[in-house]
Amino acid sequence: MSKTIRIRKGLDLRLKGEAEKVIVQADPPGVVDIKPTDFHGLTPKVLVKPGQEVKAGMPLFRDKYNERVLFASPVSGEVADVIRGEKRKVLAVRIIADKETRYQEFGPADPAKMDRGAIIERLLESGCWPFIRQRPFDVVADPAQEPRDIFISAFDTRPLAADLDLVVRNNGAELQAGLDVLAKLTKGRVHLGLSDRTAAREFLDAKNVQHDTFKGPHPAGNVGVQIHHTAPINKGEVVWTTGVQDVMVIGRLFLTGHFDATRTVAVTGSEARNPKYHRTLIGAPVKDLIGDVEPGVRVVSGDPLSGSNVGVDGHLGFYDTQLTLLPEGDEPKFFLTDGWLSPGLNKLSASHAYPSWLMPGKRYAPDTNQNGEERAFVMSGQYEAVFPFDIYPVHLLKAILVNDIEQMENLGLLEVAPEDFALCEFVCTSKIESQAIVREGLDVLKKETT
Amino acid sequence: MKALKKALDNLRPTFSKGGKLEKLHWVWDANETFLFTPGHATQRGAHIRDGIDLKRTMFMVILAMVPCLLFGMWNVGHQHFLALGEYTALGEGFWQKFGFGALKVLPIVVVSYAVGLGIEFVFCSINKHPIQEGFLVSGMLIPLVMPVDVPLWMVAVGTAFAVVIGKEVFGGTGMNVLNVALTARAFLFFAYPTMMSGDKVWVNTSTADGQAVVDGFSGATSLGLAATGNAGQVTSLMDSFWGFEAGSIGETSAFACLLGAALLLFTGIGSWRIMFSVFLGGLTMAGIFNLVGPGLGNEYMQIPVLHQLMLGSFMFGLVFMATDPVTAAQTDTGKWIYGFFIGLLAILIRVVNPAYPEGMMLAILFMNVMAPLIDHYVVQANIKRRMKRAALAA
Repeated sequence: MSKTIRIRKGLDLRLKGEAEKVIVQADPPGVVDIKPTDFHGLTPKVLVKPGQEVKAGMPLFRDKYNERVLFASPVSGEVADVIRGEKRKVLAVRIIADKETRYQEFGPADPAKMDRGAIIERLLESGCWPFIRQRPFDVVADPAQEPRDIFISAFDTRPLAADLDLVVRNNGAELQAGLDVLAKLTKGRVHLGLSDRTAAREFLDAKNVQHDTFKGPHPAGNVGVQIHHTAPINKGEVVWTTGVQDVMVIGRLFLTGHFDATRTVAVTGSEARNPKYHRTLIGAPVKDLIGDVEPGVRVVSGDPLSGSNVGVDGHLGFYDTQLTLLPEGDEPKFFLTDGWLSPGLNKLSASHAYPSWLMPGKRYAPDTNQNGEERAFVMSGQYEAVFPFDIYPVHLLKAILVNDIEQMENLGLLEVAPEDFALCEFVCTSKIESQAIVREGLDVLKKETT
Repeated sequence: MKALKKALDNLRPTFSKGGKLEKLHWVWDANETFLFTPGHATQRGAHIRDGIDLKRTMFMVILAMVPCLLFGMWNVGHQHFLALGEYTALGEGFWQKFGFGALKVLPIVVVSYAVGLGIEFVFCSINKHPIQEGFLVSGMLIPLVMPVDVPLWMVAVGTAFAVVIGKEVFGGTGMNVLNVALTARAFLFFAYPTMMSGDKVWVNTSTADGQAVVDGFSGATSLGLAATGNAGQVTSLMDSFWGFEAGSIGETSAFACLLGAALLLFTGIGSWRIMFSVFLGGLTMAGIFNLVGPGLGNEYMQIPVLHQLMLGSFMFGLVFMATDPVTAAQTDTGKWIYGFFIGLLAILIRVVNPAYPEGMMLAILFMNVMAPLIDHYVVQANIKRRMKRAALAA
């Protein structure tokens, strides 16, 4: 066991609505949506037409600029629709699922006996490839590249996040098979980031990986933080990242020969009636998991800081392992009763200007109000307190805002993803949208350097 | 609340595009958002946001200044009556002193806010920007750093200069290089030196019938005395700690400043790094003077270290001016350097340069100018570290 890396900066948000540690088997979804918008920067080329029959594991669309990368259907059934938005942008491919899933057969395989090229080919054709993402740029990995290392975080510290110890329990074989596959993809190491509180034997006994142990508040569980504190990304290097549940899908592909996109999703949030874990499929309708929801509730696929607002009729995102139900905050707030001059007993704040820091046991149910208007950068040192990187976040953001490409790179943009700035965005007095700014910077840099 | 909201909703069209008072839209917006935090729900990025906003932050700073303001009002009266030889004991005539001071101080506060906010409203309306909260703090700081006998027109001129040249030309709140309140004071200090320094302006000596200034009254501040070679006559340590001395309205009491500091540190709004390092810088310089003073036979240099720091506006500048996040260094390392040099320079200027009895204002303004440079080198060091790591890996 290597020594524990202490992450000192950060913040654990104490929210109401943590999921009870019970896994419910959800009914198989009747309809699923696979959304190209879940993959940043992707220009999809749709491969199916409405009315066409597909099996689970058959491709629905591909990356127009990297044609080997396919995106597969998690169910068998009939393509109902290709949903398009403005300028005919593809928003989702909708499939009406069969009662009984028919899988495309890829056949079981032993990664130990396969070479790297064959493994990549198999991941690509089965639709498992998009689970592997790369840094820099935080996009789907390019199969033509070879990563320096691969990083997986085995604990999730995001607010109300799913407990991966629970998810992985009794699924050690799938996890190990997936890890064995990944180990063949790099000459470097596969890092499995553990928390000092990780108890699941499935993680602790995993082979073919390097265990790194971390202790500290969110974002210690973010893979970006773990990379930075073990083997930071230098200019010219590429590392790949993926999630525990994604590794399990890859593992199942090699064990069973099927693209089995089963996910254990934590339904959370102060507005969730019955916060529990549900076993379902990628792309499943959120309604199946949350039931009826009153108006005035925001349904987020993902965590409250970086998830996407999918609405009551939306579907689970490709990478998401959590649904969060939050009260909408679109009502004005009178300054004395619940606005800026109120005692603020119900306001969650990292700043000590509200009393929440004096009540460490209390849990909060913040709404989605911005709690103020956007302003110029005024306060300093706020971001730094929740940003455990050797990077100056405000200077980096300013370099992006003035489009100074050299400076962005120098200041460490290659090491971060928008999610690493999620807490900065939360604590910001000036309500600056740092995640969007970082994404913009990554896009500019990607365009310039590739 | 509902009724108020309704009234606002009814008025809004008048101030919106196409309305009769469309030009005043941002003034309206400032008032509306003052009363009601808008119902803006998050659109992208983090779905939930911290409860803090700039309004509350600025309000906390103003709250932190209240002890200085109240004590300043009382002390203005106290010094006035001391000069006249009435109510000379501390406990006597509290309400007379406070009332007298309030009558002198409040007009300055009103002028500062009226002029400053007026200019902000005009600029924001022309630029079509929402009105930001920065001046709420500056508007209170300006009166606190003025001598009591400053004419109101000078307050207006100084404030106007500071807001226009010190802030708006750079782009408004968050963009300024120099501390706005100190810009106002420095402008007046250099433009009207006779009204901003010397020994005639710190105590109001207006007399009514039957009143007269006592014999031997000087009216000089402790630092004024020290600078003219009378370092032996400065107020005692305790008096300068509590603030029973002549000086700018809000600066005299180190105790009141410490109350403010306590609130700023408690809420985390003021940087402890800056406060601590300014103190350390002052301590260092005063300590050096203590060591070399006896050899040089300089009485001023021999004022004990702590006493030196309690005099003049050192504590006030430390708590409220040096910590201004916009004009201070932004990086943690930078804050240490920035603060340390403010403390060092303030004491150095004060003791060594007889032209400036108080060095705090100039030290802070100078370090305001230097702050971006300090940050630049701190950030460059970070970049070098990253490049070195990359070179090692390659």
